[in-house]
Amino acid sequence: MGLDYGEEDFVLDPISEGVIRAIQLILSGDPEVYGITALSLFVSISGTLLSSVWSVPLSAVLAFRNFPGRGVIKGLFNALIGIPTVALGLCLYLLLSRSGPFGILQLLYTPYAIIIGQCVLVTPIIVSFTTSALESVDPDLRTLARTLGASSRQTDAVVLREAQWGVVLAVLAAFNRAFAELGVAMMLGGNIRNFTRVLTTAIALQTAMGEIAVSIALSIILLAIVVSLSIVINIARKSPR
Amino acid sequence: MISHLEAQGLTKMYDGSLALEQVDVRASTRQVTSVVGVNGAGKTTLLRILAGLDTPSEGKIVMDARELGVEELRTHCTMIFQKSVMFSGTVYDNVAYGLRINQSSKQNIQDRVGMALAMVNLNGFEKRKARNLSSGEQQRVAIARALALERAVLLIDEPTANLDPANAIIVEQIIRKSAESRVVLLSTHNLPQARRLSHRIIHLHSGRVVEEQDTASFFANPRDERTRLFISGELQF
Repeated sequence: MGLDYGEEDFVLDPISEGVIRAIQLILSGDPEVYGITALSLFVSISGTLLSSVWSVPLSAVLAFRNFPGRGVIKGLFNALIGIPTVALGLCLYLLLSRSGPFGILQLLYTPYAIIIGQCVLVTPIIVSFTTSALESVDPDLRTLARTLGASSRQTDAVVLREAQWGVVLAVLAAFNRAFAELGVAMMLGGNIRNFTRVLTTAIALQTAMGEIAVSIALSIILLAIVVSLSIVINIARKSPR
Repeated sequence: MISHLEAQGLTKMYDGSLALEQVDVRASTRQVTSVVGVNGAGKTTLLRILAGLDTPSEGKIVMDARELGVEELRTHCTMIFQKSVMFSGTVYDNVAYGLRINQSSKQNIQDRVGMALAMVNLNGFEKRKARNLSSGEQQRVAIARALALERAVLLIDEPTANLDPANAIIVEQIIRKSAESRVVLLSTHNLPQARRLSHRIIHLHSGRVVEEQDTASFFANPRDERTRLFISGELQF
């Protein structure tokens, strides 16, 4: 990272010093810091939304339809929530590397590789949480909708609408997971400056280099985005509709 | 407007046990027909089959001499449950739901929601959150939601079981008014209520019809010993 911060004339404990430098760094509008933040948001939002495209319908199938093996599939997704990101990163690395089956696509060490990795990483979170949200809707609402003339599809729509905030929270949890993970971004992105460097890989690098202040600044940005998003979602959830 | 709803030889088995056995029921328009019986007698099962929510193991349902399938039943019947379930959203959203999914025009929806809310005395409640209402008000919204559809048959399952006496009286008045233009089949174990509201009473016991008479005869001259015991509160089950 090419950020240069001069020696301070006074001595503080490393954390306080780090926080002060962090605030200076954030307020200075450093293009590299903001570039890293923008890339982090881009890959995490893309990964989460892309995963939602198949995860939410898959959850609806798991919640609404009864078929053999349904319990096994749900159990598998629940188990995969805690998959180590480094292990997932390694698997995807082997698939995307030049000698791997998808090497021809030349995606490794690009932001798209990180998006793919985060997609895979958050799929179990969205599927498990969304399925749970859909299953927790009062089953009497389905019966009620049917007595009012709803078709099977319209009945499903009622349940989806009733569980909408559960689905939003599932997607939010997935975004937070993607935004804060390190293993996939490091192994598939390679932490290339101005290309695949995201907040978490930058924090790891700066800490390893002893640049605690920069690490703290980036961590503050990371936390601020995660917390702000949660607050906004909570306000929206509680506001009168 | 239809004039009769008939269940002929309805049998329903759940996991090998009989919930209903050869049940014959006839209900007519402009009348309240009550199905009474102890808990577990099969009242709710009967209503669910008539509402098209469950399929009978045997038997058929006939409306004015025409047999109806499950899907068709749902276009003629609607049901009100003991526990009033509300969709999230306003009272208006709840009452309008059935009309919206049937793609009624906006004006038609407004008119029918207004009329249904007036019938249950909830004018002015349109914008209130349905789930924030009292249980009595929610039950009235549930009735308005069913009435707005203007279905020929209204099936009502223990409508006042969770209500205080004041709300129960209001709901009974609404049921009486509803029967002026449709078939009303009421399931209840509340005999005084059945007596107040019904023109005919059917006594269901262990999944079988053991008595069917007009209300006065049902209470004055029960033909079946189990009905006599049920009326006197001595029926052991």
